[in-house]
Amino acid sequence: MSQDGSEHVGHGRVGLWVKLRRDRSAFVGMMLLAVLLATAVASLPFALRWYNVQELSSAVRHRPSATPVVPFASYEREATGSRGAARAAYHLTSVMGHDDLGRSLFFRIAPALLVSLGIGLAAAVMATGIGTAWGAVAAYAGGRVDLVMMRIVDVLYGLPYILMVILLKTAIARPLTAMLGGHAKYADLVVMFLAIGGVAWLTMARVVRGQVLSLRQQPFIEAARATGAGPIYILWRHVLPNLVGPIVVYATLVVPQAVLQESFLSFLGIGVQQPTPSLGRLAADGVEAVNTFVSYWWLLIFPCGVLVVTLLALNFVGEGLRNALDPKSRAAPLL
Amino acid sequence: MTRLIFRRLALGLVTIACVYTLTFVMVITIPGNPFQQGDRTMAPEVEQALHARYDMDNNWLYFWQFLKGAAHFDFGPTYTYNDWTCAQVIGSALPVSVMLGLLAILIAVAIGVPIGVLSATRQNTWIDVSGLLFVLMGVSVPVFVTGSVLLTTFAVWLHVAPVGGWGTLAHLPLPAFTLALPFAAYIARLTRTGMLDALSADFVRTALAKGVSSRRVAWRHALKVAFLPVLSYLGPATAQAMTGSFVVEKVFGVPGLGQHFVNAALNLDSGLLLGSVLVFSAILVALNLLVDVLYAWLDPRISEAV
Repeated sequence: MSQDGSEHVGHGRVGLWVKLRRDRSAFVGMMLLAVLLATAVASLPFALRWYNVQELSSAVRHRPSATPVVPFASYEREATGSRGAARAAYHLTSVMGHDDLGRSLFFRIAPALLVSLGIGLAAAVMATGIGTAWGAVAAYAGGRVDLVMMRIVDVLYGLPYILMVILLKTAIARPLTAMLGGHAKYADLVVMFLAIGGVAWLTMARVVRGQVLSLRQQPFIEAARATGAGPIYILWRHVLPNLVGPIVVYATLVVPQAVLQESFLSFLGIGVQQPTPSLGRLAADGVEAVNTFVSYWWLLIFPCGVLVVTLLALNFVGEGLRNALDPKSRAAPLL
Repeated sequence: MTRLIFRRLALGLVTIACVYTLTFVMVITIPGNPFQQGDRTMAPEVEQALHARYDMDNNWLYFWQFLKGAAHFDFGPTYTYNDWTCAQVIGSALPVSVMLGLLAILIAVAIGVPIGVLSATRQNTWIDVSGLLFVLMGVSVPVFVTGSVLLTTFAVWLHVAPVGGWGTLAHLPLPAFTLALPFAAYIARLTRTGMLDALSADFVRTALAKGVSSRRVAWRHALKVAFLPVLSYLGPATAQAMTGSFVVEKVFGVPGLGQHFVNAALNLDSGLLLGSVLVFSAILVALNLLVDVLYAWLDPRISEAV
């Protein structure tokens, strides 16, 4: 029986990829993500050198222009390696304008995308792993175990999130910085991963528990129990496969939620710290730069545009994934 | 049912106690103290005197005294707002947050549920697609961006709403709507998923076979089942809308509890912080209790398991 099952799972994986490619909205989503990621990764070597290069003369809040407004020499002060690629990348420095310190917005948005996606993915992985296991075990075990486990979730839910972030920061930022060889900004990012991921699993645990509670009462679970199957086997083979839909749907919701969460923290000034860019940080800065007298619109439009397109693409893929995974596939064809 | 309510209430009190204790531990373990202003160092004698003045020199004593006061809604003085007690700050800010949050959730349900039902009943039509786009926009655009855009459009260009602040009815719609959008999107999504599950269930087929109109089947029979996941989401969502609206509050200049809470956490204003945490968890517990009771009422199968 288990051999049959494993073959079946193998089939399912091949089928999934084929179905995903056939799904037009998922395909568009994947293409969008691929283009965004390719741009971000390709520009990363230059972005790492240039994201914080300031030009406080003419380029302060310079509007977007096709030709660079900051001389090449400002970016490449010391000549290192081949300059051909850098020359080519340099032409992109002003396409999205410059911020209040004259920094190239393009070379801040590109790494910011990677930072934000990293936070989103970390949160989704943590939420799926911890949340599913927690919720499924609680609901299936029932009784006292369920009570205690869900009480823990309740307590963590009630804990002030912002306080947790601040505490995590003060508690682990210093040892973490030492561990990472004195790079405070990396420690800062790890704190964000932990803080956002550490809260994201709570809702997942609740969602999964609710689903398992109603599944548990269904006849086929009883039948499985009657055949002598153990609780772990039943959870793994009968309960979880029925939950793939809700879990995937929620996991895809966690990624944009985590990215947004980070942007709110940045908006309040306790998120990713300057000069490290993240999409939320840049969008929050953009909101402050837009006023009715002089509108520095590009500082808001470009970060928000990239943020929204990224999240839409992620959601497209999520929808497609749901169509492919759910046998009762019912989502609307978007395109 | 009464037993269920009492059990849940008792558990809720335990939850609040745990949240309070954990927050208390956090507050005393975080380095720094509320009397610290900027980077100026304080003479140890001064710090000691201040701690003694506010009964903070003995953590254990402070823990109980604060709890004793909290029972009478007395959270002691704030350390950052002179001449205000914590109870006054919370008492003036809480109604604002509760009103804003409730209105936002009402708007979210009023927008989200119809969109979800229509998307499910008119599956794969342009209505479904626009519903999905609404959901995706709702979860993709940060609240402070929606807020700024709405503010610029309605307050600055069209002059139909005040730029910010609080006090009149005209101040309500923009922040409430802004706050409602992400919740509406999530509710629409939950409703659609639930409706599609419910519409393929046997009882729906039976009802249709008996000749009940498809509209009545969708809105009466199927929605009652499909609403269950929405309902369990509404508990934490309402609490979140009431207590986590600090971004919206900041954009629209609304004097709600969220801003005080963020400032209290940043300033380590322990009285205000612990007081808001107690209020927050009480709201959360009360709403979850309400949802549990409604849940058991709507789905009798669940109440046996609880």
